[in-house]
Amino acid sequence: MSFWTRHHIFEKNSIVLIAGILVVIAIGGLVEITPLFYLKSTIEVVDGVRPYTPLELAGRNIYVREGCYLCHSQMIRPLRDEVERYGHFSLAAESMYDHPFQWGSKRTGPDLARVGAKYSDDWHVTHLTNPRAIVPQSVMPGYPFLATTEVDLAGAADHLKALRAVGVPYSDDQVANAAADLKAQADPDNAGADAFAKRYRKAVVRNFDARPGTPTEMDALIAYLQMLGTLVDFKIYNEKANLR
Amino acid sequence: MSQSSAKSMTIGESGLAAVFTVTAFLCVIASAKALDAPFAFHAALSAAASIATVFVILNRYFERPAELPPQEINGRPNYNMGPVKFSSVMAMFWGIAGFTVGLLIASQLAWPALNFDLPWTSFGRLRPLHTSAVIFAFGGNVLIATSFYVVQKTCRARLAGELAPWFVVVGYNFFILIAGTGYLLGVTQSKEYAEPEWYADLWLTIVWVTYLLVFLMTVIKRREPHIFVANWFYLAFIVTIAVLHLGNNPALPVSVFGSKSYIAWGGVQDAMFQWWYGHNAVGFFLTAGFLAIMYYFIPKRADRPIYSYRLSIIHFWALIFLYIWAGPHHLHYTALPDWTQTLGMTFSIMLWMPSWGGMINGLMTLSGAWDKLRTDPVLRMLVVSVAFYGMSTFEGPMMSIKVVNSLSHYTDWTIGHVHSGALGWVGFVSFGALYCLVPWLWDRRLYSLKLVNWHFWVATLGIVLYISAMWVSGILQGLMWRAYTSLGFLEYSFIETVEAMHPFYVIRAAGGALFLIGSLIMAYNLWMTVRAGEIEVQSPVALQPAE
Repeated sequence: MSFWTRHHIFEKNSIVLIAGILVVIAIGGLVEITPLFYLKSTIEVVDGVRPYTPLELAGRNIYVREGCYLCHSQMIRPLRDEVERYGHFSLAAESMYDHPFQWGSKRTGPDLARVGAKYSDDWHVTHLTNPRAIVPQSVMPGYPFLATTEVDLAGAADHLKALRAVGVPYSDDQVANAAADLKAQADPDNAGADAFAKRYRKAVVRNFDARPGTPTEMDALIAYLQMLGTLVDFKIYNEKANLR
Repeated sequence: MSQSSAKSMTIGESGLAAVFTVTAFLCVIASAKALDAPFAFHAALSAAASIATVFVILNRYFERPAELPPQEINGRPNYNMGPVKFSSVMAMFWGIAGFTVGLLIASQLAWPALNFDLPWTSFGRLRPLHTSAVIFAFGGNVLIATSFYVVQKTCRARLAGELAPWFVVVGYNFFILIAGTGYLLGVTQSKEYAEPEWYADLWLTIVWVTYLLVFLMTVIKRREPHIFVANWFYLAFIVTIAVLHLGNNPALPVSVFGSKSYIAWGGVQDAMFQWWYGHNAVGFFLTAGFLAIMYYFIPKRADRPIYSYRLSIIHFWALIFLYIWAGPHHLHYTALPDWTQTLGMTFSIMLWMPSWGGMINGLMTLSGAWDKLRTDPVLRMLVVSVAFYGMSTFEGPMMSIKVVNSLSHYTDWTIGHVHSGALGWVGFVSFGALYCLVPWLWDRRLYSLKLVNWHFWVATLGIVLYISAMWVSGILQGLMWRAYTSLGFLEYSFIETVEAMHPFYVIRAAGGALFLIGSLIMAYNLWMTVRAGEIEVQSPVALQPAE
């Protein structure tokens, strides 16, 4: 029986054909994806990476909602020009609490993996409202509506709970105080600001949009942008220990 | 056949009517308790659609004769072409919508004032609308229409189920409506080409499983001993898309009354799942499915058998085995481990061979019939699509080589590569198939071959402008990013590289406009075919079985 006649079993039985297809397409995915969940070298051992604060998380959700990832990557490659332009190349550990990841696939605008603390809050407010007021050649859309939309406080704890269920290590304390923390981070005069700062390492408490009152989407988005890439201290990061 | 005089509802009719009645109630409750406005809107839309569906099912029952349509009439299969017609019309509609949004966002990159600083008109929300409208709405409807046509003809069997095929085509288009309006309202999970949120994903799962069952049951009741080649590709496409959809989308909603969810995977694993899905949306949706179209429509239109049956066996298995591995080439030099990147690159390069196997099989089917390219612009469109397929499946493996990728990644080169595949291959093979299908479905002669000729040349010019502009801008930007002065400093600031893109963005938009004009010519031509075309007498000769 030749190879070609043997193949008739697939051509004459639809269920055998489907089973064959399933086996053939399963192999590649299993080999490439499964080890990423158990190989210890996949994610580097690093100090400093923590889950997002409720305000940063709200900002991140705005970043997702507006499709910022379509023009801005958050993944610095270990190439000379990128490291000089944007900073230390991105580590897998830096996005381990990202559900979903925001590495991006296109740079119509610059990479944002380490944009945190690079510009002032004021710069961000002006730039997000009208990018061409600061960078005349920019092709970025303006987002003036962020400044006038308030962030939802009531649902803050539910977001943390959902993330905890998919593996982000939020503590009971952090979940219980989510709404209060969301408010406190955008208001340095808030009584809960100190307790908040203890719950989230290196979190910055500032009135990001410089307006009084409930945090706006502008506060949230800037809080997120200002923390991007600031959590790992590369002066003490042990590169050799994480060679892969 | 038993002669039952009493008319009664089938299990499908009563079951679906009951399910949609319950769904309508649940959606009303969900709409009332919704935590955010988009979710309330989508729940209300679903409630209205469910009520309309119940009404249509009941009305259809009262209008129909007691007997269900027979499987055969006078020994010939009684084909069910209603759902095929519906999907063909929707394909044309979504195609024009998707190309229009594409032209708008291309123009926004050249003239940012066109974003209007409003949430629902900004680039970030319109771009997923464009990609989903062309890939899933246009491409998806073309695939469903042609698969339901081809499977019936090549199995010589009526489509399985009576309501099920309608459930698939209408349900799929309702998914598109939910997904598309969701993007405009800011509902997205940000996974490229898998942006719809959890409830849209659940609905798509139900529709897609039904699609698989309708297709499979039709294959099972075939009157031919062999399953035709095109149906292997359709099956691989349907089954694999189901697997990819389930693997990439598991998510936990923050509340069952809200649109926001968090994806189960995080960071590097999520990235790998995403591009395992993303690249195989290309491999199985935009390649395997459309290769099935090639395997039916080119032999049929050229009136020649498929060039090599053995080549189709080899390239089928090789293609579906190798494609799955190629995802990591979207993540070169990222924080994904090197071993995964290298595997992805290796398999991407190997993928060149089975891809060209398909191209050779498509092109060589023309042997002995090349003269028809001069006289038949529809066949020319189909053949040029295969040529574009060959070109982009050479470019793809080349771009997956890490050194090439270090230049091309993050630039417009990728956009150009995607569009040579999307406009040249998927677009043209779909247009060719629709130019064949619409006259066959409505028993008409195509209104004007001259207009097809115009469509072909206008669209080809558009594609050439588009992809050459993106090659130049992509390579230019990649080189500018890594340019150093003689003193060892980076030569250009980022914004200087943005500024340099402007002329190419204008040329790209012009190319897109030409492509859109071509599709409008097509829509007019097909409309006139259905409305005013001459009645065509179908020849009774069946397609010759491939050897």
